[in-house]
Amino acid sequence: MRYDLQIIASWIEPGSRVLDLGCGEGELLSFLKREKRVKGTGIESSEAKVTKCIEKGVQVLQGDITEEVHDYPDNSFDYVILSQTLQQVLEPDILIKELLRVGKKIIVSFPNFSYWSIRLQILFFGYAPKNRQLPYEWYNTPNIRIITIKDFRRFVKETGCVVIKEVDINTHNDDLQGNIISFLPNLRATYGIFLVSRINSTPSHPSL
Amino acid sequence: MSDYIEHDHNGISVGLVEKKFYTLAVPPDELVLASGARLGPITVAYETMGTLNGDKSNVILVTHALSGDSHVAGYYSADDPKPGWWDTMVGPGKGIDTDRYFVICSNVLGGCMGSTGPSSPNPATGRPYGLDFPVVTIGDMVKVQKALLDHLGITKLLAVVGGSIGGMQVLEWAISYPEIVASAILMATTTRHSALAIAFNEIGRQAIMSDPNFNKGDYYSGPKPDLGLALARMVGHVTYLSDEAMRSKFGRRLQDRDNLAFDFEANFQVESYLRYQGSKFVQRFDANSFLYITKAADYFDVGLQHGQDSEVEAFAKATAKILVISFTSDWLYPTYQSRDMVKAMKKNGLDVSFCEIEAKCGHDAFLLPNERQSTLINRFLNRVSEEEHDAL
Repeated sequence: MRYDLQIIASWIEPGSRVLDLGCGEGELLSFLKREKRVKGTGIESSEAKVTKCIEKGVQVLQGDITEEVHDYPDNSFDYVILSQTLQQVLEPDILIKELLRVGKKIIVSFPNFSYWSIRLQILFFGYAPKNRQLPYEWYNTPNIRIITIKDFRRFVKETGCVVIKEVDINTHNDDLQGNIISFLPNLRATYGIFLVSRINSTPSHPSL
Repeated sequence: MSDYIEHDHNGISVGLVEKKFYTLAVPPDELVLASGARLGPITVAYETMGTLNGDKSNVILVTHALSGDSHVAGYYSADDPKPGWWDTMVGPGKGIDTDRYFVICSNVLGGCMGSTGPSSPNPATGRPYGLDFPVVTIGDMVKVQKALLDHLGITKLLAVVGGSIGGMQVLEWAISYPEIVASAILMATTTRHSALAIAFNEIGRQAIMSDPNFNKGDYYSGPKPDLGLALARMVGHVTYLSDEAMRSKFGRRLQDRDNLAFDFEANFQVESYLRYQGSKFVQRFDANSFLYITKAADYFDVGLQHGQDSEVEAFAKATAKILVISFTSDWLYPTYQSRDMVKAMKKNGLDVSFCEIEAKCGHDAFLLPNERQSTLINRFLNRVSEEEHDAL
């Protein structure tokens, strides 16, 4: 399993209810179901990946994450997971608030755009950064949101939520291994992973 | 649904099957229908495949659509030219694996393939019911299926599986008998007909009722309303296809000629095809049954009938694990209708999975050999049977 998913999996309490947005082929949910007896649901837009999920015995809905999430009642899940997708969402603030409504806690992971080599590329070469985590050109990248670890910390605070856990890692896109970065993570980590909850227990309805 | 009956490409089949009959609701214990009318006796034609296991925990009920019957798979005899209507899905090692599951399929109430319907003798007169047959609902059809299961001593269904009007019966099962239904598989179906779907059914019914031979439904001793029924079938058939499927299947190609004939014979292949489908259908289907089954489908409304006009409330009664499948080119029961039902299921916290399969052949896609659909159904059943087993 991808390194960031391994860390996410280690945060999930056994027997909890989990929603995995953009669940791909259901790797994480299948692991959680088997190892932690989690009751999980995934949302995935690709028909082929949805089929893979069902082949693994994972409950899944084919659809758009920003649409599908609205149907769930408040507090339907103990955890809502959004891994490596936030940077592709058109309205991340609205989505995050909605996730905090349907889930008691949310787990968000994203590529850190202030990683040192990205900074250097802009500084020395002047082109939009391109590396193994962000392998696209400016005109065809699905990553439309530039987020850094510091940005996300500030965003959580402004949203009136708290970071319960933060682990910053150095790994590549599909790598099974990586390492945790504790010193200067905003500069040295390729991905940030956050466990966030509302301060009080009542869901925050988006006021936007 | 159309006649796509074809032999399995790999030559695999469940083999010989036998149509059986069970009679219930014998007077004075008639079945009280949704309309309030009483009906009895009721005979139900059914077929079974596979082996019932010791604790009767491997039963799958398949429900059929408008023109289907109890003959879901296999052959009646060694020289039977064609297998049952879903032979590509039901059989050894197939999507619904008869090596593992005991499959039951029965002809619907109101049908004409062995179960009691308008062509059956009315005990009051000794002659066929015709339009004296009471209007039946999807709920009534399911009640008869439930009585059949009681008769067979089956108290738990691992799955109920159906497409189109068969899917409506699956919904009815999941909501009316949650304690029996462990899982529900719904293909190309809806919780209620759109105005568009009702409109096409009404065109079909009007075609039948305006046939000079219709005689207010009392045509069993004379010529039958074949022209009307064939026309109804032609209209229905168009709604089961798609623009893309018809373009690739027929285009504007001419039938047995190189030039336009400047007459009203079937010049185009599509005309010839529809005429053929119509004429083939009248040989095996009763016009009155077409009226009754399409009416039952039009009346079906999950929210209205089970949730005080709220589908969310209706699905609050269901507990089954659910798999919903729709097809991109199905314009009779479009994907948005499947999404709406999934939404109501989600709001109830139901265990539901949904997949929209890319297919160009329209509503009929669920009947055609489709590896993706077979895989989805097979693996979903795997999961349900494992989880049911673990729960014991």
